[in-house]
Amino acid sequence: MARAPGIRPNRTLWQRLDLIARLTFPVVSAVLLLVASDLPVGLPGAALGPALMLPCVIFWSVFRPAVMPPPAVFALGLLSDLLSGAPLGVGPLGLLTVHAVALRWRMRIARQSFLRVWCMVLGFALLYGIVVYLTTSLLRFAILSPEPLLPQIALTAAFYPALALGFTRTHRGIAQAEAE
Amino acid sequence: MIRISIQTRQALSRLVLPATFVMAFAVLMLGKADTVIAERARVALADALAPAYAALAEPIGTVTGAVHEVRDLWRMRSENARLREENERLRRWQAAALALEAENARLKAQLAWVPEIAGQFTTARVVADQGGLYARAALLALAPGHSVAKGQIALDERGVVGRVTEVGNRSARVLLLTDLNARVPVMLERSGAQALLVGTNNDRPRLQHWPAGVQPQEGERVVTSAEANAYPAGLPVGTVRIAANGVPEVELFARLDRLEMVRLFDYGLRGVLPPEATTRVEPIRHPRR
Repeated sequence: MARAPGIRPNRTLWQRLDLIARLTFPVVSAVLLLVASDLPVGLPGAALGPALMLPCVIFWSVFRPAVMPPPAVFALGLLSDLLSGAPLGVGPLGLLTVHAVALRWRMRIARQSFLRVWCMVLGFALLYGIVVYLTTSLLRFAILSPEPLLPQIALTAAFYPALALGFTRTHRGIAQAEAE
Repeated sequence: MIRISIQTRQALSRLVLPATFVMAFAVLMLGKADTVIAERARVALADALAPAYAALAEPIGTVTGAVHEVRDLWRMRSENARLREENERLRRWQAAALALEAENARLKAQLAWVPEIAGQFTTARVVADQGGLYARAALLALAPGHSVAKGQIALDERGVVGRVTEVGNRSARVLLLTDLNARVPVMLERSGAQALLVGTNNDRPRLQHWPAGVQPQEGERVVTSAEANAYPAGLPVGTVRIAANGVPEVELFARLDRLEMVRLFDYGLRGVLPPEATTRVEPIRHPRR
């Protein structure tokens, strides 16, 4: 991490715990969102899990990749597969693809306005959908209907602003704690 | 800590992403080759999460209940009118049903009819709807020491919901009729023809493989069939709806989008069982003498 040079007192236990909490927040919050997305709230025919998880992965991959490393992305995908009953490996592959593309273009994406980033989230959701669609079709040796992808993309876009708002605050918090 | 040069560290960090991609492919292959491992992992996770889900189900049920209450209040007038009309219709049906029941009893008495055994059932609470882009399942919370087993059939108060595919200590997973993997042998009630109900991941599963010369009719009732020894005959499934493209689909009786409780019936049918059972032969237990 880039820290200004200089001599500082050692961090106290509380400061260290605080820093750990801030650094692990992105992954922990994504896990909690994923687990909570299965609660029966009565939304018909929609899978909330990926729609809540994608904004997390996209946001942190673009704005602070250090707190959303590839192994964490992999674990999130695996967890979502285990929870949803999808064939194992489909989630990690989809999320890692999104993560890799976001990482590749992060400098360009991070400079855009919020609205533009929001539009790009639609693209990322589409990318994730296509990867999941292709892998699932291949695993089942059948051509599946691409129909469920549309509500999925719409839901991801719908959740993004609220999540991004919360994440932006945390993002500043992390930067502040690290600078201290 | 091992001290490595900055260059090596950078090279290593660049390798992490490709390595995780390789790992994802490996998991994909492993999951395809060995379904038992995937199932065990799923059951273990579900068992760990079920108590938490069960604890949260109560307050969430209260909130959704309140929302429904408000919506019902809003619609009370029109709902009342509809119910009065329906009541009128049902009263006529009741008279017909009573007459038929009496006639049925008389005929059975003449035939020395052997009554069918009613299935034993346990009731369980649905604590999570576990679905992904291409999967539909419900998670049930159970008390340890339950008697739920694979292959049991889940019904809500209206009709068939699905079948138990995974069982753990505190949880069980029900594969819903709408899941891509769901295949249910059914009978079209009007023509008596057998067909297969195939889950498509949409709200309405599709009908396939009905015999030549028979066409599923709009509004026809669909019930389960005893073919393949997976379901008992005659459980209510839904009604036929012909989609815009001419494909016959089934509108389910069960309300899969608002499952709260399901009854799990044990008909002792072990016809078509999920993967694990086909790879491992269950030992036959001899009763103790």
